[in-house]
Amino acid sequence: MAFINFIKPKNKLEEGGRTAAPVQQDAGEPEKKCPNCRKDIPLSRLWANNLVCSCGYHFRMKARQRIQMIVEKDSFQELYADVKAGNPLNFPGYQEKAETVRQISGEEEAVICGTAQIGKEKCCLFVMESYFMMGSMGSAVGEKITRLFEHATKHRLPVIGFTVSGGARMQEGLLSLMQMAKTSAAVKRHSDAGLLYIAVLTDPTTGGVTASFAMEADIILAEPGATVGFAGARVIEQTTRKPLPAGFQTSEFVLDHGFIDRIVIRSEQKKMLAELLEMHRGGNA
Amino acid sequence: MSVAPYERVKLARDNSRPTGLDYIKNIFQGFIEFHGDRCYADDHAIVGGIAKLNGQPVTVIAIEKGHTAKERTYRNFGAPNPEGYRKALRLMKQADKFGRPIICFIDTSGAYCGIGAEERGQGQAIAENLMEMSTLCVPVISILIGEGGSGGALALAVADRVWMLQNSVYSVISPEGCASILWKDAAQAETAAASLKLTAEDAKSLGVIERILSEKDMGKKEFYERIRTLLTEELQELSDDVDLISKRYDRFRRIGEGAAKEQV
Repeated sequence: MAFINFIKPKNKLEEGGRTAAPVQQDAGEPEKKCPNCRKDIPLSRLWANNLVCSCGYHFRMKARQRIQMIVEKDSFQELYADVKAGNPLNFPGYQEKAETVRQISGEEEAVICGTAQIGKEKCCLFVMESYFMMGSMGSAVGEKITRLFEHATKHRLPVIGFTVSGGARMQEGLLSLMQMAKTSAAVKRHSDAGLLYIAVLTDPTTGGVTASFAMEADIILAEPGATVGFAGARVIEQTTRKPLPAGFQTSEFVLDHGFIDRIVIRSEQKKMLAELLEMHRGGNA
Repeated sequence: MSVAPYERVKLARDNSRPTGLDYIKNIFQGFIEFHGDRCYADDHAIVGGIAKLNGQPVTVIAIEKGHTAKERTYRNFGAPNPEGYRKALRLMKQADKFGRPIICFIDTSGAYCGIGAEERGQGQAIAENLMEMSTLCVPVISILIGEGGSGGALALAVADRVWMLQNSVYSVISPEGCASILWKDAAQAETAAASLKLTAEDAKSLGVIERILSEKDMGKKEFYERIRTLLTEELQELSDDVDLISKRYDRFRRIGEGAAKEQV
């Protein structure tokens, strides 16, 4: 029953806590430790390199920073920015948690949608936000993504989507589960209209998002080393009482098993997306 | 009506409830089971095939938990692997081709959480069912008969009508899982069960299901006859509908629309 993932937030901000600041050194520039090569990297160098360590480790990235990295300057026009979740089930603590996360993250919801230009091509773009309740999908996320696919179908535009999600937002119960069916139906309409959808899976893409629009794209790309799977690793271990194979549920693992098309490092993503869009110009119309 | 939500969860999981195959045997005539997903294996947690409903050929698919310990092991306790969902989709597309209505019986704690299941694309298999079911040209009715465990249940429930047995439950996560994530305490499952709004009455008031089926005389002839009559009547109505696919789209499209508020 591991529909919602058990992925631990990497810092307090993702959890909705208050300490987002990186570890400060006594003197000199602030640094961040790379969990892969264990080296301390000056923050300025990390930011200049789109949060990729020189060893190749991809740190998580805020959605707005990602948009800036991917689209042509000033071409992003946000849509549905005012759609956000209420507390439809009056779930204990949900309202407070969402408000805290809103204040800290500066985002209203766990996905940002809009239109943009990448290379020479116009497209619809959604980017999920790990810093908002680990990109969990509730009614608002489902509604925004559905509207974006409907908009893209109407205006005959391709869709590019960066996924990051711990799964369904359990505080919205069945309503969040139904978003899987709702978004999938919108993806299907867009697909049946002969239009292109490219998904880029980033760390982590799990649960109900994997089991819906993340896996429904014509072309599925992923960032290196991202966790990609359905059930939570801990739950699988508890259920099977077997040790998990090395590299289980990573981008490389799902590539090996035939479920994604390519792994693309961050610095090459824009070029790759621009090329793919250009080769599918105008859909099949 | 006054049964507490967590008691409902226990009732839904009760071993003595009729399972998918009991419904198939007692509601339909001449069931012929079809096996395999044509890719990898035959998943014993999902049973499917063709049968007649009051003389009309239909495709029937059921998640089966089994009754005895031996059966339950054989059925993997009703937790399907990806090949189960792929078999179900294969049979649904077959039904679509031959114009047969589809009836699904759902009873699972969730899609299986296993290493092989991940290796063979559990998420992808469920995603494909959600997508493909949304545009099937034939009527689809799904009935939750016990546990409706998250994506593993929804993968057979993108239907024109979704019904629930009075004491079945439908939830995005088990109450125990929810309690352990949110409050680090599985003992809070009762609170979680109440908060998740997972009973048939909750699902109906949220607009997620159309009908609650009474459990009066459950397992007896009258019980199955009642369901047979309801299915026959409903299929009659759905078969006359020329707008099936767009109505199915709208059925899911409106869920959560109101919960996602727009600021003024």
